[in-house]
Amino acid sequence: MSSRTAPQLGFSFEYLMWIFTRISGLALILLMSFGMAAAFWMGARTQTDVGTLMRWTFFPNPNHVVNSDIPDITLGWATAYWQIMQILIVFFAAAHGINGVRVVIEDYVGQTWWRPFWRGLLFLIWLFILIVAVYVILAS
Amino acid sequence: MALKRSVGLKGLRYRGGGPMLAWSLHRISGLLIIIFVGTHVLASFFMQQTASDLGTNLNIIYESLYFQILIYFVVMFHGLNGLRILILDTWPQLLEYQREVTWLQWLVFIPVYGLTVFIMIQHAASSG
Repeated sequence: MSSRTAPQLGFSFEYLMWIFTRISGLALILLMSFGMAAAFWMGARTQTDVGTLMRWTFFPNPNHVVNSDIPDITLGWATAYWQIMQILIVFFAAAHGINGVRVVIEDYVGQTWWRPFWRGLLFLIWLFILIVAVYVILAS
Repeated sequence: MALKRSVGLKGLRYRGGGPMLAWSLHRISGLLIIIFVGTHVLASFFMQQTASDLGTNLNIIYESLYFQILIYFVVMFHGLNGLRILILDTWPQLLEYQREVTWLQWLVFIPVYGLTVFIMIQHAASSG
């Protein structure tokens, strides 16, 4: 009937990823809430519209708020602090998302030779996206 | 192999209800987010490094009102539904009220999402 064997009880890869999915999901919600609160503290209520605030909340990149009434984004918005926050968000989001894709794919692939193939491919995509994203963050 | 089993139209009669809708929407929104984030990272990279037309145009589309409304829906739903899963996993006694909790989730989601989209559209309409 089922194509996926039940994960073994106790400490295993599936258990680790189960925990990680929940911790990273909660971390993303907290990081985004913090980014939104900081945006309001820096004057987002009068200087940005809702769409701009949303883009900043989901990813605190200075390019996301450049089309707004903020007088100078180098004061507070485009700083090394937010670069670290962006790298944190990108790390949690990429790992959470790629692991989610792995779970969805393994629901349909089952225990065939496709499984190691997809695991390897997704691992490479994860590394690639992470490196490109960190490069974009540090260069912007 | 699960896919060799022919489900056909019988699948539609599966009475999963609200929690099942939340489960499918969680998967669909998760896949949409990873496609969006992946292409947005690549488009931003090429826009930044080579000023490519494709990257710039993709990011213009991603910044448009329609796309923001879609992205806000999928991210908001995925986050809120994830929070519900987290809470139900941490306190499994609450699983008994799974259907009620799913309704409660929509009760939170609809006003928050609706109000934001209303403000977005109103602002876009008034500023032209």
